[in-house]
Amino acid sequence: MTLEILTYGFMHRALISGIAIAILCSVIGLFLVLRRYSLFGDAIAHSSFGGVALGLLVGIYPLWAAYGVSIASALIITKIKDRYNISGDASIAVLLSSGIAAGLVIIGLSGGFTIDIFSFLFGSIFLVSVSDTILILALTGGILLVILLLYRQILYSTFNEEQAKVSGIPVEKINYLIVFMAGLTVVTSIQLVGVLLISALFVIPNVTAIMYGKGFKQTAVISISFSVFSVVVGILISYIFDITPAGTIVLLSIGLFVGTMGIKSAGLLSRR
Amino acid sequence: MLIVEIKNITVQYSDVTALDDVSFVVNQGDFLGIIGPNGAGKSTLFDSMLGLNTKYAGIIKFFGEDIRKSKNYLKEIGYVPQKPIFEKNFPATVSDVVRMGLRNESNENKIDEILQQLWIHELRNRRIGELSGGQLQRVFIAKALVNNPKILILDEPVTGIDQQSIELFYSILHELNSKQKITIIWSSHDLDAVSQLANHVACLNRTLFFHGESEKFFSDDELVKQYSEASMQEHMHHH
Repeated sequence: MTLEILTYGFMHRALISGIAIAILCSVIGLFLVLRRYSLFGDAIAHSSFGGVALGLLVGIYPLWAAYGVSIASALIITKIKDRYNISGDASIAVLLSSGIAAGLVIIGLSGGFTIDIFSFLFGSIFLVSVSDTILILALTGGILLVILLLYRQILYSTFNEEQAKVSGIPVEKINYLIVFMAGLTVVTSIQLVGVLLISALFVIPNVTAIMYGKGFKQTAVISISFSVFSVVVGILISYIFDITPAGTIVLLSIGLFVGTMGIKSAGLLSRR
Repeated sequence: MLIVEIKNITVQYSDVTALDDVSFVVNQGDFLGIIGPNGAGKSTLFDSMLGLNTKYAGIIKFFGEDIRKSKNYLKEIGYVPQKPIFEKNFPATVSDVVRMGLRNESNENKIDEILQQLWIHELRNRRIGELSGGQLQRVFIAKALVNNPKILILDEPVTGIDQQSIELFYSILHELNSKQKITIIWSSHDLDAVSQLANHVACLNRTLFFHGESEKFFSDDELVKQYSEASMQEHMHHH
C-alpha cells in the first residue's frame, strides 16, 4: 500500500508541485523573515480571497484574478508604507483585513458562495492538475532564477538598506521585486496549504534553520531541506491516514522547529 | 589632484539648520579628520555626500562631477557607518558580509586577502551577531575596502569599542592612507587621534569652524582652545 501510492498520477503531481512550492516558499520566506515581514505572506493570501471573489463575480478564472489582486495590493501597500511611514506590521494588518472585507462584500454582491471555500482556505494538493503543476514548476523556476541573478543585491538590501544604497544598489526596486515575487509565490502556494496556513511555509522552516548558526547559503539549504521534508512526508502521511495535508505539513515543520529548539537548549548546537 | 568639492552646503530640517554654508575640498591622498561635537552635522554631511540625503542646497562634486547628476562615484567609495544596524540573528558570516560588498564576484580571493589584512581572517566563518564592537568595525572596513575604493569614508562609532581595537583601527587607517594611498575622510570625536593621524582637519559645528592642514590647527593653541570651548558650549547648550 505504501509503495503503491507512489504510482498514482495525482500523487506524482502533488509531490512534484509540493516540492517546488516548498523550495520557493522557503527561499522567499527567508528574505521576508529577515526583513521583519514574516506575516506578509499571510496578508497577501488574505487579499487573494478578495481576488478569488472578484474573479467569480466578473467571470475570470479565480486563480488569475487572485494573482492580479494579490500582487497589486502587495505593491500598493508597500508604496503606502514607504510614503506615509507606516510600520510593517500595521501595513500588513491593513492589507490582511481589506482583502477579506472586499472578498466578503463581493461575494455578497454576486449572490453567495459558489466556490469550494474549504479548499481555498486549507489547500487541495491532491486536486492539482497537470497544467497547475506545469504553472507551479514554471513560476518556481522563474522566481529562483531571478533570485540567483540578483542574489547579492537582494541579500545586501535585506541586510542593511542604507549601506546597500551607498553601494549603488537600487534598493527600492529590489524591495518591490521581492514583494512582487512574494505575491506570485503566495497565490501559487494556496493550492498546497491554503490561505490560513501559508505563512507557516514562509516562516517556520526559516526560523528553524536560522537557529543552526550557519552562514546565509547554508541556512537557506537547511531551510529548504526541512521544508521539502515536511511537505513530502506530510503529503504521504496525510494520504495514508486520510487526514488533511495542510495541517500535517505544518505540524511536521513545527515538530522540526521544536526539535531544533530542544537540541539547541541542550547545548548540542555549539558554535564551533 | 582635487577629488571632492563641497560648495556652500546648507541643510535645513524644518526649523533647525543642520549645516550652514559649509565648503571645503579634499585632494587625492588626503587624510581628512572631521571633528565636532554630537549634533554638529557630521552625519548629515556624510549622508549628503553619499547620496542618502538629497535635500541640501549647494553643490557636491566627486571627481569633478556633480553627484546629483551621476551615482557612478559611489563605485569608488568605501563607506563605514557609525553604527552598523542589522538583525542580531541575521544568518550571515563575516565572509558573507564582506562578499555583499563585492561588486565583481570573480574577485572572490580578494575577500580572504582583505580579511587577513585586517586581522579577522580567523573569524571568517563566525556569525556577525557574535562579534565584539571592535571586530564588527573591522568587518565593515573590510566590506568597504573589498572593491579597492579610491576614497574611504568612515563615521567613527562613539561607544562600544575597547581600547585595543581602537588602536588597531588607527594603525589600519594609517597604513591604508600612507601605504595604499587611499584618501580617507574620517569623522571622529578624538582630538588626539586626529592630531596624530590626519594631515587635514575640518572642525564642524553646523558651520565650518576651521579647515586646513592639521599641523596648522593643532600648533595654534588659541584655535584649539576656541574650538574646544565652542564645542563644549554647544554641547552644554544641547543638554
